[in-house]
Amino acid sequence: MNIEVVKPGMLTTVQDAGRYGYLDQGVVQSGAMDRLALRTANLLVGNDEQAAALELTVTGPVLRFHQPALIAVTGGGMTPHVDGQAFSLGVPIYLPEESILTFRAERTGIRAYVAIAGGFNVPEVLNSQSTYLRAGFGGYEGRALKEGDLLDSNPLSQEAKQYMESVEGEAPFAPKWGANLLWLDDEETDVLRVFPGAHYTGFTPESQYRFTEQPFILSSQSDRMGFLLEGDEPLQMGKTESILSEAVAFGTVQVPPDGNPRILMADRQTTGGYPKIAQVAVVDHYKLAQLRPQEHVYFQMISFQEAETLYILQEKAMKQRASAILLYWKETIRGDSLASR
Amino acid sequence: MKRGEIMGFQSAVTWRPLSEQAVMMTLGNRMDPSVQQYVQRVKQAVERNPFPGFVEAVPSYTGLAFFYDPMNVREKMDVEGSMQDQVRIWVDQLLTSIEDDDDQQHNGRIVEIPVCYGGEFGPDLSYVADYHSCSEDQVIAHHQQGEYLIYMIGFAPGFPFVGGMAEEIATPRRDTPRERVPAGSVGIAGAQTGIYPFATPGGWQLIGQTPLVLFDETKTEPSLLRSGDRIQFVPIDEQQFKKLKEVRS
Repeated sequence: MNIEVVKPGMLTTVQDAGRYGYLDQGVVQSGAMDRLALRTANLLVGNDEQAAALELTVTGPVLRFHQPALIAVTGGGMTPHVDGQAFSLGVPIYLPEESILTFRAERTGIRAYVAIAGGFNVPEVLNSQSTYLRAGFGGYEGRALKEGDLLDSNPLSQEAKQYMESVEGEAPFAPKWGANLLWLDDEETDVLRVFPGAHYTGFTPESQYRFTEQPFILSSQSDRMGFLLEGDEPLQMGKTESILSEAVAFGTVQVPPDGNPRILMADRQTTGGYPKIAQVAVVDHYKLAQLRPQEHVYFQMISFQEAETLYILQEKAMKQRASAILLYWKETIRGDSLASR
Repeated sequence: MKRGEIMGFQSAVTWRPLSEQAVMMTLGNRMDPSVQQYVQRVKQAVERNPFPGFVEAVPSYTGLAFFYDPMNVREKMDVEGSMQDQVRIWVDQLLTSIEDDDDQQHNGRIVEIPVCYGGEFGPDLSYVADYHSCSEDQVIAHHQQGEYLIYMIGFAPGFPFVGGMAEEIATPRRDTPRERVPAGSVGIAGAQTGIYPFATPGGWQLIGQTPLVLFDETKTEPSLLRSGDRIQFVPIDEQQFKKLKEVRS
């Protein structure tokens, strides 16, 4: 057991890219809220993109590493400190044994991800290591981390092992490279692109107009299941349709009778029966996942075709990020000047 | 199902995007056992012969959502245009190959659910009887004689959405939900009947309890019930309930 939870933070759970194949049995997908951040953290430490990491919410934990480790922190809301020394997000960080990892709150974003080379060693339940809080399985004993928990990481890959040996005995450090920016990183963070949902045309013209023209505030009654948004005035259907429950997805925007939109997130139920006004484009899911309570957001309507095209561009950008990181890794192991300290 | 019926469904299919990673196939907007049967046929056909990038299919009352990995679709199907169009075209083609057959394999299983009605197991049975001015035995008889079809599993792991309860015992939810409904509780809410897989808060009128475990995440098939299955409730007494509960633990 090489990682000790000294303090758990507000909500720290083990999450991977999600639980697939069991939606038809009512098992929620779970997984990281900010998938791009999860994938990036894993890439930085040489893991499979989909591997399990820790998802930190609002306030980070205090972790003690009894053995040397290679970690990366991505996402938002906080920055890592090792034995008091500040490090950036989006870089691999070498931790000598008995390092203490803490976090300092930042003003933007709300969720950070900690990946460790080798990945976290928790059992797979139904093909995933993600924590399913409500059903109490997956992740670390089916719950959020608490004080005194002991976590283990898996054995290192050959590359990571070589790298760790080459820096053995060093103080905590990060090399001078990190994840490159994606083309999308400079987009406005308060605009979520959406395309029309199944019941969009059933809303009154005025509600359709308000949906994209007025700002919505994220309520503090928001969690991993769903985000509650509040606008100046409720959104209304033209006539009440009775809707039969059906499958929903990450980013589905439902409007219950109270007229306040709910966006379904990672721990959403597998089916939903409220009118679906819109679907948040995957390309903006990372913005959504980093939204803080009381922050505002605007919806911008695009077509499904545009959303699909943006999705491809984002995936291509992630592929480039992965290739760049792989190159840095190779150079680091060979000791080339580009990646030296 | 007969050829004519199958072709009728096939021509009634409409498609719409659910997300960039999922597409929804819909057949009208009414609850209908034959629609459900067709949905199950399509689901099984795709699962047996999945398209490149297929992840999973989620049935509901009137449709089927296909979840897929778009980049995988793009790579394997070698397309430049819309990935979702490719998935739709692929499934549409599969629909034409669904043949009529009379064998029973597509009609789902019949799952027997033993239920101990009334008493501490069904604290609202007397309320339901009073509500309909009948005896508790009559409520049990109606409940147990129903032909129940599971349209989908949702709301919670292993929770069945069941159609087919007798209108004679339809009863509104409790005014005040219970803070804790025991796992296995069988209840009535409006015209629906259902079984709670886990102990949760809930407002259904509880008429009995089953000793069966509805969801076990350590099994490869964690949910006891699947969409398309039929349920047969079988009354048992307290002793049988305890025995069945012991066998499991």
